[in-house]
Amino acid sequence: MGLLRSDVEKIAHLARLAIAPGETARYAQELSQILDLVAQMDAVDTQGVDPMAHPLHMIQRLRPDLPSEPNQRGRFQAIAPLTEAGLYLVPKVIE
Amino acid sequence: MLQVALMHDKSIAELRGDLDARVYSSVELTRHYLDRIARLDPRLNSFITVAEEQALAKAEQADRAIAAGAGGPLTGIPIAHKDIFCTQGLRTSCGSRMLDNFIAPYDATVVGQLDAVVLGKTNMDEFAMGSSNETSYYGPVRNPWDPARVPGGSSGGSAAAVAARLCAAATGTDTGGSIRQPAALCGVTGVKPTYGRCSRWGMIAFASSLDQAGPMARTAADAALMLQAMAGFDPRDSTSVDTPVPDYAALLDADLHGLRIGLPKEYFGDGLDGGVAASIEEAIRAYEGLGAEVRKVSLPNSPLSVPVYYVVAPAECSSNLARFDGVRYGHRCENPKDLEDLYKRSRAEGFGAEVQRRIMIGTYALSAGYYDAYYLKAQKIRHLIADDFRRAFEQVDVILGPTSPTTAFPIGSKMDDPVAMYLNDIYTIATNLAGLPGLSIPVAPAAGMPVGLQLIGNYFDEGRLLNVAHRLQQTTDWHRATPPGFE
Repeated sequence: MGLLRSDVEKIAHLARLAIAPGETARYAQELSQILDLVAQMDAVDTQGVDPMAHPLHMIQRLRPDLPSEPNQRGRFQAIAPLTEAGLYLVPKVIE
Repeated sequence: MLQVALMHDKSIAELRGDLDARVYSSVELTRHYLDRIARLDPRLNSFITVAEEQALAKAEQADRAIAAGAGGPLTGIPIAHKDIFCTQGLRTSCGSRMLDNFIAPYDATVVGQLDAVVLGKTNMDEFAMGSSNETSYYGPVRNPWDPARVPGGSSGGSAAAVAARLCAAATGTDTGGSIRQPAALCGVTGVKPTYGRCSRWGMIAFASSLDQAGPMARTAADAALMLQAMAGFDPRDSTSVDTPVPDYAALLDADLHGLRIGLPKEYFGDGLDGGVAASIEEAIRAYEGLGAEVRKVSLPNSPLSVPVYYVVAPAECSSNLARFDGVRYGHRCENPKDLEDLYKRSRAEGFGAEVQRRIMIGTYALSAGYYDAYYLKAQKIRHLIADDFRRAFEQVDVILGPTSPTTAFPIGSKMDDPVAMYLNDIYTIATNLAGLPGLSIPVAPAAGMPVGLQLIGNYFDEGRLLNVAHRLQQTTDWHRATPPGFE
């Protein structure tokens, strides 16, 4: 299973990871090696088998839709890179 | 001072007795460990952060509580936490440049429940991805038994610190073997509980359907005390299971006559080092001597556990690590051009190579057109793997085998081939996929290096596993060995 450099670029974009142009080939090779390992799954017949997402087949536990925690925005924003007036600052998105 | 010299060889129960009887204080005990860390950890690099001030403050508080008769089971006992657990006011780096500047604003649930003295945060593979503790931003950890070799991973720092007696015990996490394998390579006892047994709240997530917190200590008895404090329902963790926690210490001494031990034939085949196999065989004979009945079982889908894991875990990690984007915490790149540049460069700078590889594989496996062929297929085979265990547990009470195919390998020897590194987890991964509990205990060394024996139990049968481990430790000495230079 050979990944092309264009595949690597697409995946990197989805994952929001900057990949230097010189590294695309190396990533393509390493990821292809991992996909070769994973290809062993193709030999298994899983017709009629349910996927197992949770080891104990639990379902999502719900709770009442009522606040249970105090507002600690100030405390949690103290460690943020850039904030102002309770907002997190990022480069402008809309021109 | 003879008492001081022996403190780091004592069990948690002995330390508890000494602290309660005021033979020495928690402050003295904590200073003793801090001195050892300062003197000996440069050889190992097992700590990322040593919290001297906070540890001594907590020890003082512990001494007051003990004097007032208000202490808990681990009050005043100095332990270390894997740097994946949020510890309020302390750097919580997850072994990554991404969180090098992250001071946790709260304690993880298991940290709060242990309520021990926290000596510091131990080194680990970055974001828990690795089997050798070589991917840490803070440099590799060295095995106390041979500093040219790896301690195993991803809880390599905790395993090394416990083996070197730099703490009374430590916490680790296990997603594909990350407690059990380093425990095996460093000659200590490590337990991965049933999925949902311990709270994951405040434990930085790698793969949400696989991650579990667990204790690492020098004996099963110590691990039982740690697990007693760590286990239990937590409403803040939506995957936490509301099942009563048994009294693990009370179950330790149960007799093993009639215990049915299963040996999976798939765990004793090609790829298993001869020296490791010989040590496991010796331990099997010891268990027969204790009255256990040994029989062969089969887990036919075992060979698929590595490929299945390397789809499921990266897929879940790609989702969990999406939160690291330079916006609310953690590393942020300089002078981002726009939002996309902020995300892409912060993440590329913050994450190391193995983490980026796994995010990429996971993203690919979940992307449109590939989800069915990869993620869904893997989850179906996962079901088959869990069914193998279910059938085996109809015939036996516990499953036994080697924890790792080899003893500790040289630092740097497997870094060129990610797939070769992944095969270290071949005996441990299926346990996480099925959600079962497992532990590793030291047996006879091979060529001077520790060997781990793995026990796998049925869901919520940690009490039995600890009992089976403890009974071997009562009649053998392998777990008492100290790495030379760390006496």
